[in-house]
Amino acid sequence: MDPIQDKKRHSARHSGHRSVGLVVLLGVVLSACSGSGPQTALDPEGPIGRTIDDLWELVFIMATVVFVIVQSAIIYVIVRYRSRKGDDREPVQVHGNTKLEIIWTIIPVIILASISYPIVTGIFDVRAIAEGPDVLQVQVTGHQWWWEFEYVDLTDETGRTLVTANELVIPEDTKVNLTMTSADVIHSFWVPILAGKRDVVPNRITNLTLIADNPTAPDAPHPGQCAEFCGLAHADMRVKVHVRTQVDFDSWVEAQLVPAEIPTAGAEAAGYETLNITCVACHNATVAGADGAADIGPVRSLEVDGVTFISSLAPNLTHFGDRITFGAGTFENTTEHLAEWLADPSSIKPMRPELNNVAEGRILGMPNFNLSTDEINNLIALLQGWE
Amino acid sequence: MVLDTEKDLAPAEPTGLWSWITTVDHKRIGLMYGASALIFFFVAGLEALFLRLQLSTANGTLLSADAYNQLFTMHGLSMLLVVVMPVGAAFMNYFIPLHIGARDVAFPRANAFSYWLFLFSTLLLLSSFVLGGAPDGGWFGYAPLSTQLEEFVRMDYYAIGAQLLGVASIMASANFIATVFTMRAPGMSLMRMPVFTWMAVVVSFLLIFSLPIFGVGLFQMFFDRNFGAQFFSGSGDPLLWQHLFWLFGHPEVYVLVLPAMGIVSEIFPTFSRKPLFGYPFVVFSGIAIGFMGFGVWAHHMYTAGLGPVAEAGFGVATMMIAVPTGVKIFNWIGTMWGGKVRFELPMMFSIGFISLFVIGGLSGVLHSVVPSDYQQHDSYFVVAHFHYVLFGGGVFGYVAGTYYWFPKWTGRMLDEKLGQWHFWLMIIGFNMTFAPMHVLGLNGMARRTYRYPEGLGWEFWNQFATVGSFIIAISFLFFAWNLIRSRKHGRIAGNDPWDGRTLEWTTTSPPPVHNFDEIPIVQHVDDFWHRKYATDDEGRAVRMPEVTDGATPATTTIGAEEAHEEDMHMPSPSYYPIVSAFGVVFVGYGLVYVPGGWVAVGIGSAIAMWGLFGWSLEPVTRDADHE
Repeated sequence: MDPIQDKKRHSARHSGHRSVGLVVLLGVVLSACSGSGPQTALDPEGPIGRTIDDLWELVFIMATVVFVIVQSAIIYVIVRYRSRKGDDREPVQVHGNTKLEIIWTIIPVIILASISYPIVTGIFDVRAIAEGPDVLQVQVTGHQWWWEFEYVDLTDETGRTLVTANELVIPEDTKVNLTMTSADVIHSFWVPILAGKRDVVPNRITNLTLIADNPTAPDAPHPGQCAEFCGLAHADMRVKVHVRTQVDFDSWVEAQLVPAEIPTAGAEAAGYETLNITCVACHNATVAGADGAADIGPVRSLEVDGVTFISSLAPNLTHFGDRITFGAGTFENTTEHLAEWLADPSSIKPMRPELNNVAEGRILGMPNFNLSTDEINNLIALLQGWE
Repeated sequence: MVLDTEKDLAPAEPTGLWSWITTVDHKRIGLMYGASALIFFFVAGLEALFLRLQLSTANGTLLSADAYNQLFTMHGLSMLLVVVMPVGAAFMNYFIPLHIGARDVAFPRANAFSYWLFLFSTLLLLSSFVLGGAPDGGWFGYAPLSTQLEEFVRMDYYAIGAQLLGVASIMASANFIATVFTMRAPGMSLMRMPVFTWMAVVVSFLLIFSLPIFGVGLFQMFFDRNFGAQFFSGSGDPLLWQHLFWLFGHPEVYVLVLPAMGIVSEIFPTFSRKPLFGYPFVVFSGIAIGFMGFGVWAHHMYTAGLGPVAEAGFGVATMMIAVPTGVKIFNWIGTMWGGKVRFELPMMFSIGFISLFVIGGLSGVLHSVVPSDYQQHDSYFVVAHFHYVLFGGGVFGYVAGTYYWFPKWTGRMLDEKLGQWHFWLMIIGFNMTFAPMHVLGLNGMARRTYRYPEGLGWEFWNQFATVGSFIIAISFLFFAWNLIRSRKHGRIAGNDPWDGRTLEWTTTSPPPVHNFDEIPIVQHVDDFWHRKYATDDEGRAVRMPEVTDGATPATTTIGAEEAHEEDMHMPSPSYYPIVSAFGVVFVGYGLVYVPGGWVAVGIGSAIAMWGLFGWSLEPVTRDADHE
């Protein structure tokens, strides 16, 4: 009559098979706890990522235990109570058991309530906005389909801030506070190995804290990806985060704040001429020649909740040669890729330049300027020289 | 093409294409819902195969980014709104009246209108592929991406198509609620209703409360796009759209899965030869899921920048949904416990349903761990999660229902061997496709990306998943062939092939136009079982002496004469529902193409008006002498 008694009579069966299964499952579980690849969330390279990962492992293991119990119960029931030939007896017509119902309502409530404490504290830990003099402040502007970074506290003697695009450079073991907004649609900043993602929303400010343990190799920054669907080239809106030692970071900053040199001869000079006719319609650069330093290209900003964000039409080119990728982290910064890009940008990254409206500040990709091979080569020489 | 099942139907049934176009019979409308949804399932499945092929290698080049974005948007939109929801509507249409001992739904012509509006709205959505491009802003249509006028009509197709589908669904839901609350047979108290019908009621309430919110949002999006209304774009608030969308979007998840839970709640008792364990707990946990489903929408927005207190509250609320869901699962296991479990096809798919749904449910709990979700959100982990819930849960449940009730629809059984092929290929293919996505998501693969670079370690599992998706596709070819073949050549089923428990098995297969010759008087949950079985001293079921054919004991039915007098007036066929629906969708096309489309809006309005006037002026019932 009581289903529990039936269980006792038959509980010894199949235990051998099940222990093998359990070992296999445990292997799967353990392998799932360690990630693979440079964009994984499971091998965090910073304390914020670790806080998240610890919480994940705790709940994942609990979920796995529940999974094993429930699936074993299903398998047990369908094996033990399968209809057998020659057994004509009908089953006992049990309608329910209130005690059992209460038990299997209360136990999950207790389990879930017990994990809600670390979850709630985890939210406040991860979302705490980094403050203080030791925090590196970076303002992030999301664009279709690239990232713009402004290091608002790092300026040269004239007050120009450090502006770069698509490759964020940060010092190790330092709290970095990203203050983010979007110039157009919603994006989401996500570098899984360092932290979770945070949406980047027009007319709003969101924050994300990054802390990185160790410097990355120069050719192997932490990869990230825009995580909120933002239209045509969403997949190609990637980001790289370089982590440097404090010393390397300081010298990088120093170099970044030096204007690019206006070349006076050769291919570079010809390239500069093309740049000055064509590219500066959208791109900015800080350049220095005989007459001193000057900013070229349209300067634009947007204001959200009293904070002024830089909001250029296209990535800043001053130190283009320093970046290892272009096209929002999509292509390695090589001569071949640049040549392809300059010949017809939309052929390698899907964009909608035909919808550009410079006056309204709406840019959806770089048009094909029908540059000649010479012009392309000269531009490449110029840009790769601007390190 | 006509579904000419009429050959197998009762002789009194009118035949021919015109009879299907003008039908107001809930069973025929149910079959049309089912057949349409199955066709759209193959369309949306084909879209998914293209997506999987594109992703099977790094830097895939099969599809352009533009094509990919249209296909993933339409795959999601179609699977949710024009496949799984209508499949639910198909089962509800067919079985609510049969389950509660009624002759039809409360408003048969409105029922026909709902179907035609659904069909035409779906065709409107699909026609966008050739009329300027399909929606490409995701089924979630986040503003301001969706309100940008980059493409003239694409997201207008979304705004109008989803709006019209919503209207069809709201009407159908009101109809089901009215049917259940006013047309139950004598003795059929609410707590004697089959669980499937209970879940249909819960789903109908979810829809009439959640769809209007979505409807408002869609109108606002449409106004933003076409008239510069600034609800979500410009100086408006993009997060407002997200709140409105998910206030519908989350209950929608339960709309998709609760009917499947109802179906397996019918199947487990039948094939365990025991009553459902804890019937009131299963019913009330379904209602609890429905209520709680309205309080957790913001768990889709953990990364959007809500305050930490809001995130904590929604996180804990979300976890608690696992409690009533767990109660259901434990009760299903309790139903099989101590029973005689027969591995017929409906039962195999139902067992597949619980096993896979448990995985989807647990990964859902992992999402409710808010900081963890900062990593999982918009990654392939989420794709894995909701496919385990909606495919592993929903689709397995609906397929189980199809194997279970096909004999009632056609009078014939589905083929066992083909069904076995279908089951094993589907469960293997399903797990091959979606289990690896958990790993891909945790290793950083974002959703909705038309390509991914080499060197991130994603190639193997993507390729694996693509192979799996083709195995799923093959399994459904077995299913389709089985449906087509068995309709004419399957084994004759008889009225009660599974030794069923509920009222639909008391009538002929397929049932006559009027469903029951005599309206039953209900005395128990699983009334039909209690007419066949008593219990002995040990509590075991004992078959009662066979009652002679067609002569159920007089005490349990209303006399035939009385039934003739009171209930046999079946509603007349009418072509006004299809005319009205056509007019409304014509208006929809006009709105998509405003300002040029205003002319079409006028013409469509005139057609819809003609339909509605004709509808309101025509007599309601056909002659009672059709018997």
